[in-house]
Amino acid sequence: MQPLTNKAQAVSRDPMTFWERLYLINIIKGMLITFSHMFKKQPTTRYPEEKRAFSPVFRGLHVLNRDEEGRERCTACGLCAVACPAEAITMEAAEREVGEEHLYREEKYAAKYEINMLRCIFCGLCEEACPKDAIYLSETFAPANYTRKGFIYGKPDLLIPNPMTEASDLALARGVEA
Amino acid sequence: MTILAFDWGLVIEKLILIAVVVFGSLGIALYTTFGERKVAAILQDRPGPNRAGPFGLLQPLADGIKLIMKEEIIPTAANKWLFILGPALAMTASLMTCAVIPWGSDIELFGRKIALQIADINIGILYVFAVVSMGVYGIMIGGWASNNKFSLMSSLRAASQAISYELAMGLALIALLMTTESLSLKTIVEQQIQGNWWNIVYQPLGFLLFFIAALAECNRTPFDLPEAENELNFGYHQEYSSMKLGFYLFAEYINMIMSSAIMASMYFGGYDLPFFDESTVAPNIAAMIGVGTLLIKIVLFVFLFMWIRWTIPRFRYDQLMNLGWKTMIPMALFNLLITGALILANL
Amino acid sequence: MSTVDVLFYLLSAFAIVSATMVLISKNPIHSVLWLILVFFAISGHYILLNAQFLAIVNIIVYAGAIMVLFLFVIMLMNIKKDAEPQKQLLVKLTGVIAGGSLLTLLIAVVKQTAQIQDKQVLLKEGTIGLIHPLGKALFTDYVIPFEISSILFLSAMVGAVIIGKK
Repeated sequence: MQPLTNKAQAVSRDPMTFWERLYLINIIKGMLITFSHMFKKQPTTRYPEEKRAFSPVFRGLHVLNRDEEGRERCTACGLCAVACPAEAITMEAAEREVGEEHLYREEKYAAKYEINMLRCIFCGLCEEACPKDAIYLSETFAPANYTRKGFIYGKPDLLIPNPMTEASDLALARGVEA
Repeated sequence: MTILAFDWGLVIEKLILIAVVVFGSLGIALYTTFGERKVAAILQDRPGPNRAGPFGLLQPLADGIKLIMKEEIIPTAANKWLFILGPALAMTASLMTCAVIPWGSDIELFGRKIALQIADINIGILYVFAVVSMGVYGIMIGGWASNNKFSLMSSLRAASQAISYELAMGLALIALLMTTESLSLKTIVEQQIQGNWWNIVYQPLGFLLFFIAALAECNRTPFDLPEAENELNFGYHQEYSSMKLGFYLFAEYINMIMSSAIMASMYFGGYDLPFFDESTVAPNIAAMIGVGTLLIKIVLFVFLFMWIRWTIPRFRYDQLMNLGWKTMIPMALFNLLITGALILANL
Repeated sequence: MSTVDVLFYLLSAFAIVSATMVLISKNPIHSVLWLILVFFAISGHYILLNAQFLAIVNIIVYAGAIMVLFLFVIMLMNIKKDAEPQKQLLVKLTGVIAGGSLLTLLIAVVKQTAQIQDKQVLLKEGTIGLIHPLGKALFTDYVIPFEISSILFLSAMVGAVIIGKK
């Protein structure tokens, strides 16, 4: 086979010479290598103070989107739940009553919307399946929790702040994410 | 009352010295564990422990508190008394070595001349040997009393390793004793201060052999077979928890410090600061400089121990025994012959 | 009674108790550990006799090396209580008679020896146990036996290494 790099070295099967059998020289060589590492730059990210930027394609925790007027976009069609390979999404649909037009964009909305973050594999298929641009994967990850129940995220956890009434919260959330 | 007719000043002086040396070495051992983690980290391009206190300096305290607060577990199948005796023996044996190490020249306090050495006995080096050979009992008893086959295997390994390397260590030392003609560590150090050179110049091979044997006696990598994690699940202290485990771990670090002190005293001039005439300053200041010098030498040796640990992989057991019996002992005998011939030729 | 006397009696009591425990311990490991304590007590006596070299060599050789080998062997033997052979009454009786006779003999010999009668142990005196006089004696008065025994040891060691090399 043609060598891909020119770094290949044939293994020497010759009997070791006296100096090689002493091992001392090789031990000293090895120790010099480790010693030189004392002066190398540490690649460590000191986590709580420094954070590594997520890549723009990072798929993290889900958010449920609102439109510009602050109405929930989700119409509880169930396509995300069908698309989900881990079966992490469950929802219950409800019909919009008169007088709730400022809350829900479509005539049908999700009364209950739950994602089990322990099941979720963060593949992003729900995001792709959604016809209403209602669900997005953000650039954070699910924080640790003491109970399994704590990992089942309901609507209050997922919905983004209302741009009309909680504009400052939304700006804050965007700022942290960016 | 002839029973109480001691020189009470001497007793008090020695008690204070013992307390200072014992608690001092415990404190240093505490920080050696921290040093080990830091050295490991910087040799591996990591920052190491840096959360507890400034630069992580309180980390040893956190570790100590954690060890003390943990649950004490004595396995039901274990031999209870021997299980407790094991770590106690390991700790005692490693602390006893410090009795004969000369920490500095004499100081004068309240009109008394105080030697900075707990006991200047004329068989100092043999005493060190006796204590070292006791050290293996802590491991053996602990390993056997745990009633666990991995612990037992490890204690057998530890015992055979210690006995094998004690031989090479002793033979390497005899060559040194032939040149110094004294077994007292204090005398050996004074000779090096008065003479032109440190003993390392006369005994380079002897020092190398002694150093390798010391690595093996302290159960340090590359000879840490008694606690080989991947084949013996931590070896003799597998069943131990809480401060009993802590005692075993501390004993290892104290052993390291003590063997560094002995190597510094025997081959590197002890408390002798090179190119510095101690008689030009007041005796108390000279003694303090001496103590500082010895401590610096100890730190350098401990660093060497750690540097080796984070560089060289562990030996296989047959390689260990081959090195001990077929390489080190013949080399030590050879060194002995050369030294004897040179002394005969009056060089 | 001086401090040395007090130490002497303490060490003697310690040695005798430990030696008794060696005999009456059921567990052979305990017996070995008590035996190590006996060696320490004896080393203490050597120090009282101003024989520091003997004391420390006793610890290095007996307590440090030989007893480790004892422990080694006993740990590997895996002795169980029920596997121990049941001793018959006759064997026990023979043992008692033999041991008793030996004890009587020893006491009789010690009582009749004229040299040690009416003599106190020389405590804190004498220099023969120190390293310099001992070395002098070994290399002048007893040089031939000393060298012969050292050659014996060396040949044993060389033999062991050669067997190991095969």
